[in-house]
Order: sequence, then C-alpha cells, then structure tokens
Amino acid sequence: MEQLTTIGLNHYLTLSAILLGFGLFAVMTRKNAIVVLMGVELILNAANINFLAFSKYNGGMEGVMFALFVIVIAAAEAAIALAIVINIFKIFKSVDVSSIDSMKE
Amino acid sequence: MSNPTYTVIFYLFAAITVCSAAFVVFTRNVIYSAFSLLFTFFGVAALYVFLSADFIAVTQVVVYVGGILVLLLFGVMFTNGIMQTGQKSEVFHIVPGTFLLAGIIGALLYTFYTSHGWMPSESTLQGSIVERIGFETMSRYVLPFEMVSILLLAALIGAAFLARFDKSGK
Repeated sequence: MEQLTTIGLNHYLTLSAILLGFGLFAVMTRKNAIVVLMGVELILNAANINFLAFSKYNGGMEGVMFALFVIVIAAAEAAIALAIVINIFKIFKSVDVSSIDSMKE
Repeated sequence: MSNPTYTVIFYLFAAITVCSAAFVVFTRNVIYSAFSLLFTFFGVAALYVFLSADFIAVTQVVVYVGGILVLLLFGVMFTNGIMQTGQKSEVFHIVPGTFLLAGIIGALLYTFYTSHGWMPSESTLQGSIVERIGFETMSRYVLPFEMVSILLLAALIGAAFLARFDKSGK
C-alpha cells in the first residue's frame, strides 16, 4: 500500500512502459500510415517521460534538456513524414502501408 | 511525497493518459484516434508538471497539441475524405502485435520491479526549472541548441518543398 500511495520513480517508469507498448502495437498492427505516425509519437512521449523522471530523481538537468531536444526533433519528424505521406497518397491513391510496394510510379 | 491529494491527482492523469492512448491504438476510426491523441498529450503534459518540468509541459502543449496534432489531422483529412465512410483503417498482425504488447510491457515491468531499486539522489529537482533551462541552454547546450534550430529550419523547408502543389504534373 505504501508502494502505491507514495508516487515515486517506479510509477513513471510503469506508465512509460505502457505507452511504449501501445505505440509499438500501433506501429506493428495498423495499415494506415497516419496511425503508424501516431504510434511513433506515443513512443517518443514514453521516452520523454523516462528522461524527465530520471532527471527529477537524479537532480540534474541533462534529462530535461534532452527532452526539449526530443520535442524539437519530433516536430521536424512529423512535418517531413506527413509531407511524404501526402506524396504517397498522390501517387498510390491510398495510405495503406502494406500496399505500397514500388519505389517508382 | 505521500500527500493524498497529490496521489489522487497523479492517478487521475495517469488513467486519462493510459485510457486515451489505448483508445488511439484500438479504435478503427482514424479521426477518433487523432482526437483521442489530444487527451494523451494533455495527460502527458500534466505528468511533466508532476515531474517539476513545467517548461517542458508548456512546450508539450504548444508543440504537440498546437502543431503536431493539427498536422496529423490535416494528414487525415487530406488522405481520407471527411465525408466518405471508408475512413476505417485496416489492421493486420493482430496476434504477434498482442504478444509484442504484452511481452514488452511485461519484460519492462519485470526488470523495473525485480532489479535492486533505483536510489534517488538527495537533491531531486524542486520547484520551477525555467531559469535553469535558460542557463543550461546558453552555456553547456549552446551548440546542440543552434544545431537543432538549423535542423528544424531545414526540415520545415524540405517538408514544404516535398508537399508543394505540383502544377506541371498530370
């Protein structure tokens, strides 16, 4: 009971493990490319929770700065990935990742 | 910190985050996934406040909710007409995916709870860290900061170039 009511590092690690699992599940099982991207965002959020949790309980600033850079990289990744998805939709008329099997038109 | 209010609020936000993340993954409708992701991002931002990273929480709300989620919604609406009924997304590899889900979560939790336990240092982060982030950005992390700004500029120009309207084609 003491374990459950005192919020510590393990609570955050558990939460981020669950988010990571859901993200991997979405990346693995969905055919729509946009939902795959949502899974990647969930994975990045899980990693960020871990960075910030370790940073808080360690007392240093390294995890906080790394989390900030992760957010910037995630923004760049989402922009590029959606541009690619829109191009794929123009060419294949679908965003089904299992039907995209050629590099050229 | 065993303040009961603190604990209850933590579990509330943790439940919001986990339930909406599960809904993102298990619903078939892409629009529902995108809107459920909104609640996941807000829940994660609230957890960042619990981790005394208030600046990161605000950044999360501005960048993820204001930027990435809007981009994803634009993507959904570009690639499936909002009026058409075929916006359900197919799933495949359900069984290996479920094994992966259970395996990853189980293995990580087993490792976390059977290892010798983490020892928090005496000086955990307390209060607001905005000022410290400012000092760190302009001292130890000035080179990564500049590099990431150039990377972001290049990525956004590249994305605008890739997704531009092609007049000559077709």
